[in-house]
Amino acid sequence: MSSVSELYQSVILDHNKTPRNYGHLDSESARHAKGHNPLCGDQVTVWLELEGDVVKEVRFEGQGCAISRASASLMTVAVKGKTVAEVERLFSDFHGLVTGEASPEMEAALPARLKVFANVAQFPVRVKCASLAWHTMKKALDETA
Amino acid sequence: MTSHLAVRDQFPIFAANPGLVYLDSAATSQKPQQVIDRLSRFYAEENSNIHRGVYRLSAEATARYDEARASVARFIGAARPAEVIFTRGTTESINLVAQAWGRVSVKPGDEILVTEMEHHSNWVPWQVLAQATGATLQVAPVTDSGELDLDAIAGLINSHTRIVAVTHLSNVLGTINPVRHIADLAHAVGALVLVDGAQSVAHGAVDVAALDCDFLAFSGHKLFGPTGIGVLFGRRALLEQMPPWQVGGGMIGAVSIDGTTWADVPMKFEAGTPPIAEAIGLAEAITFVESLGTEAIVAHEAELLALATDRLAAIPGVRLIGTAAHRASVISFTLEGVHPHDLGTVLDEGGVAIRAGHHCAQPLMRRFGVPATARASFSVYNTPEDVEALGRGIERARALFA
Repeated sequence: MSSVSELYQSVILDHNKTPRNYGHLDSESARHAKGHNPLCGDQVTVWLELEGDVVKEVRFEGQGCAISRASASLMTVAVKGKTVAEVERLFSDFHGLVTGEASPEMEAALPARLKVFANVAQFPVRVKCASLAWHTMKKALDETA
Repeated sequence: MTSHLAVRDQFPIFAANPGLVYLDSAATSQKPQQVIDRLSRFYAEENSNIHRGVYRLSAEATARYDEARASVARFIGAARPAEVIFTRGTTESINLVAQAWGRVSVKPGDEILVTEMEHHSNWVPWQVLAQATGATLQVAPVTDSGELDLDAIAGLINSHTRIVAVTHLSNVLGTINPVRHIADLAHAVGALVLVDGAQSVAHGAVDVAALDCDFLAFSGHKLFGPTGIGVLFGRRALLEQMPPWQVGGGMIGAVSIDGTTWADVPMKFEAGTPPIAEAIGLAEAITFVESLGTEAIVAHEAELLALATDRLAAIPGVRLIGTAAHRASVISFTLEGVHPHDLGTVLDEGGVAIRAGHHCAQPLMRRFGVPATARASFSVYNTPEDVEALGRGIERARALFA
């Protein structure tokens, strides 16, 4: 069994305490989506501003556990400046990481700061916490494409 | 502890899971060996379907099932076994009343009163009934300490009120509500009272005569019994007036091309093969509870509640949600800077099983301005050491997230 201190790595604790890109986007061209985990009540809203094919700005707001907050925060850092195709690839690799289904190649392709979520796979009840913001971000991308 | 019950050894879950500190009995209780054995013995030695079997085995299973009903009736102080209907659980019991009674009795302009501390299972069926019938759902408020606002309730109960649905014991706050007082207010205007006894049955005597309720709903699995069995108590006159809910086998008088007549209460409400083994297992659980005695259970849990309240209140950053004067051994709390789910994960590493979330009481979470709480609930098999393990786990989480 994976230990709690491996789950709550310092990067996760840091992003939980001081989330990056927290807030919302006012601009009319920004798209957003809401995500909700009815089982635990976690809520997140993700805003995206695209410039052409590139994520120019990204913000999130919401409430949830440390895993979901840190995951949302780290996600915003990871997707900013990426193309939509790159973002979708990241999501797929990240999803594989937290469900324990990622191939070594997928895992290797992920930025180091997202790999801190690898231990989530050892805590099956927390997988949804780690992936909520990503699913919501994907929803926002699909919203008004 | 002076009134320490020594029953932990009767629960095999603890031998199978060394180090388990089980503080989630409000979700489901653990099962004593005698209940497990009784289920096993039924299937191994006595299994057959009940009613209409002409052979000995079926007649005996029917007798055991009927005895289980009588045992439940005695346990809750019902005047007659026919007032006890077996269901799948509290949720189904409440839905039965909301559907069978509500659909014919509630009219546009009527009012249904629930409280802000209800579990969703005693909220959603009434909300849906109100929407379907044109009635209004009224909600009785909860005070800052987690008690029902009785003045507000007195003001909300009026000649339009058809039923008051109230929990006996909050699954979040631990508050024990003055159900008899509320029943008196309701009856004074001709309204009925349904009591959600899901939590209270395991924490002290529930007597439908003393509560003067018209309906009582509870589940077997929170009372040391099996899952899949619940009880609806209803006054006989009401049950006889109510149309059936689910229809099919086992609940008919006679069936013909022209129509069907219904069986008498309680079978009218028990369509299909009922949970036979589970009913018999529930009766065994009641035997277990009665062997301990209500006074011993209440004293044991009161000591654990006092210990836990003191232990938690002494930890910086802990906020207790629910500080009612009259409370059972259910404690909700938050820890500053630590989400309840994270707290639950940290506690789990130390073998401490608590529940974290909204506890199927979202209106109440909103009332206290929290998205979720951590909840520890204590039962007859818990010990002062369990309280200490909880306290240490919370301190560990606090240090980890500092």
